[in-house]
Amino acid sequence: MVTDTANRLRSQAEDSVNLRRKLNRSLRMQKVRALLLIAPLLIFILISFLFPIADMLFRSVENKIVSQVLPRTVASLQSWDPANSDLPNEATFRSIYADLAIAVEQRRNTRVGTRLNYESPGIASLFRKVKRGMTKIDVSSFINFFNDLDSNFRDSEWLAREFSEPELAKLLPFSASALEYWRVENPEGGQPDSYLYVSLAVELISASKAELGELERPIADFLVKAQEQLPRLDHVNLRDAFLEIDRKWGEPTVWRTIKMYSSTLTTGYLLNSIDMKKGLDGPEFRDDSERLYIKIFIRTLVMSLTITLCSLLLGYPVAYFLAHQPLRRANLYLILVLLPFWTSLLVRTSAWKVLLQQEGVINDFMVVLRIIDDSGRLIMINNQFGTIVAMTHILLPFMILPLFSVMKTIPESYVRAAKSLGASSWTAFRRIYFPQTMAGIGAGSVLVFILAIGYYITPELVGGTKGTFISNRIAYHISSSLNWGLAAALASLLFGAVLVLYWVYDRIVGIDNVKLG
Amino acid sequence: MKIDRLVISSLGALAVSAGSAAAIDLTVVSWGGAYSQSQINAYHNPFMELNSDVNIIHDESAAEAVAKLRAMNEAGNITWDLVDVVASDAIRLCDEGLAMEIDFDTMIAPAPDGTSARDDFGELIVTDCFIPQIVYSTTFGYRTDVAEWGGREPSTVCDVFDLENFPGMRSLEKRPINNVEWALHCDGVPLGEIYDALGAEGGLERALAKLDTIRDHVIWWSAGADTPQLLADGEVVMGSTYNGRLFSLIEEKGAPVKMLWDAQAFDLDGWIIPEGLPADRLEATLALLRFATDTQRLADQSKYISYGPARKSSAPLVGMHIELGIDMAPHMPTDPANAENTLIYDYRWWSDYRDDIDAKFQAWLAK
Repeated sequence: MVTDTANRLRSQAEDSVNLRRKLNRSLRMQKVRALLLIAPLLIFILISFLFPIADMLFRSVENKIVSQVLPRTVASLQSWDPANSDLPNEATFRSIYADLAIAVEQRRNTRVGTRLNYESPGIASLFRKVKRGMTKIDVSSFINFFNDLDSNFRDSEWLAREFSEPELAKLLPFSASALEYWRVENPEGGQPDSYLYVSLAVELISASKAELGELERPIADFLVKAQEQLPRLDHVNLRDAFLEIDRKWGEPTVWRTIKMYSSTLTTGYLLNSIDMKKGLDGPEFRDDSERLYIKIFIRTLVMSLTITLCSLLLGYPVAYFLAHQPLRRANLYLILVLLPFWTSLLVRTSAWKVLLQQEGVINDFMVVLRIIDDSGRLIMINNQFGTIVAMTHILLPFMILPLFSVMKTIPESYVRAAKSLGASSWTAFRRIYFPQTMAGIGAGSVLVFILAIGYYITPELVGGTKGTFISNRIAYHISSSLNWGLAAALASLLFGAVLVLYWVYDRIVGIDNVKLG
Repeated sequence: MKIDRLVISSLGALAVSAGSAAAIDLTVVSWGGAYSQSQINAYHNPFMELNSDVNIIHDESAAEAVAKLRAMNEAGNITWDLVDVVASDAIRLCDEGLAMEIDFDTMIAPAPDGTSARDDFGELIVTDCFIPQIVYSTTFGYRTDVAEWGGREPSTVCDVFDLENFPGMRSLEKRPINNVEWALHCDGVPLGEIYDALGAEGGLERALAKLDTIRDHVIWWSAGADTPQLLADGEVVMGSTYNGRLFSLIEEKGAPVKMLWDAQAFDLDGWIIPEGLPADRLEATLALLRFATDTQRLADQSKYISYGPARKSSAPLVGMHIELGIDMAPHMPTDPANAENTLIYDYRWWSDYRDDIDAKFQAWLAK
């Protein structure tokens, strides 16, 4: 009896475990099926939307170009103190010679120059000039120095065999990479270019003699000998040669900039986008005359909020009116609301110009009606007022539509009930009707605000100097200055600001209370 | 029956278009409007008549060319073959390795008298990647019917800064280039020493202080069409824009506006070839480039628009406007009478300081 019961209980327990497992499995299957159903869209969004955006935003910290193009210089500058007003030593000038000789062949000297020019104006042409200037620098001493040691140094094939020894490539990495680059560019072989020898001379200074000697390769003895005889190259002065190309090479600022922006990730762009810059002792604010972005960020936020508020004030009565019309007529009016969408954005913006300018329709009208004097025409465009008017008009439908669809669902009997219970019209509206439209207000406000904060064509056309947005600066850096790093940094900040506002909004209003219909 | 015929005719159309697809398509990017039209008339159509296997597709997005070229380069998919850009952008594109370096001796046709292309373009070759096409200038136009001026007319660029004799709104471009030069010039710096003064300590502040004196009377423009429109509407009494825009406002539309050539700022517009074109398209593009930048073709363009040809050898060939029938030479920025006092825009200087000065200029504007 007892065992029977126990068995039955056990089997029941097993059944329930089995059942739960089955349930779980079928639930999991459902989830997988649901995921598979949305998979095409998800993958599409990931590939065509999220990934490119992440890639673009990553540029705000990405800074590979300097260490890629000037690896020897960056390594050599490690021992140089940027606070020092002395120039880096001769080894650094030899390093940058080798780096730039390769960079000029790859046409990358100007690219790194452009990058550094963002931080310190004047470097772009400095790096552009080296293309012609470097051909005048005499580096034959380096070539002769190694060729005199052994004629094998003329033979790229021999050098390549020697450098195939991993230990050697590890000891002299930059020379190894210079040789490799030369061999890729010159597959027919022969005598390598001067940059290889200059690179060798620089690297041998700091290479360990003991480790060089331990290499079981014919080249080892030559390298040890070369290291001993390096002082014979002391008379070569590449520093003066560079100064002859341009005096600017003698300014510590140039070297400071190279050193400061040599890491593969940089905070430079982000600092720049909040009006700061990298200084010797950490970040510092820019001069007053250069501060720009924080002001424009604040302006963008304030004006977007103003536009949202104006849209709400104008849109609410319209939506109310629409929601209380018979359905057929409401649809007709709705078409009127949507009508502006059929007109090009540029046309709508230009129309506001015609209306608002000083010789425009509104001013003319007021002069004719003697409201204002002919000499006292109002300035209503190319300023903040113009931007707010034009953008409120353009974004108004985005406020009206969600408001309308929410208001339509509110039964009229509620207000009637309130009134029958003794509420005045105002109280009934305030306490019964209005709270029920909050979802629509929330949806409309979020829509309008987010559209407004990223707007760029309208502020550019009617904003003048005081009515432009941060997106106008982003557009400038994307399409004109090509400083995509700064554009990405500004965009990241804007993105961050929107996320923060969204979070605040969620805390105050609650995002669950947002309804689009 | 009807449907059958439709199918057959559309199949026929397909066959025709497939046949022409064997020919090579070249995408040429330019600025659109009257300017593109002048290129189509002077270069592209004659070239296609001579080379029936080439089909030129016109793209009008030159305004976004710099950014798009970089995006194409990064994506490894270059869809443009020849791009019209201004010189300063060409320098930038060349620096970034986005434009191909041009060998003027082999790729560009010499002048009819045998002068090499390099000498014929002379100092207008401002970077290795850029083949100048036209010289244009940014200069001022002013209305001739301003009552407050009492019959006076501006004669120098400094009258722009003279609110007493020439009251009214002005329009200036919403960027520092040219504005700061004019401001310094009118603050007493000779035209030849502008860039030294601007580069010196406090140079930009001096220019901005001068601009401060008219700041409340300025509408800032960002599109070339703005100033002609503002002048036509009477919104401004004088304003800077490209000389070709003023030409069409005055000669084609007959507005009561006159040109002020004093201290006009010369600039160049021309071609670049994107880096990394496939061999067959590059060959066809180079053929088009060689044709479109020869002496006669550059002179031909001025029949349609009032921009001066960039080759010295083209200048004597400049003729009449093809529709208006007026002699174009006096309307060229390069005409000696117009070029008495010109500002030679320093590309090298601006390529270094453009971003820095622009940031300070925008900060000043936002103040």
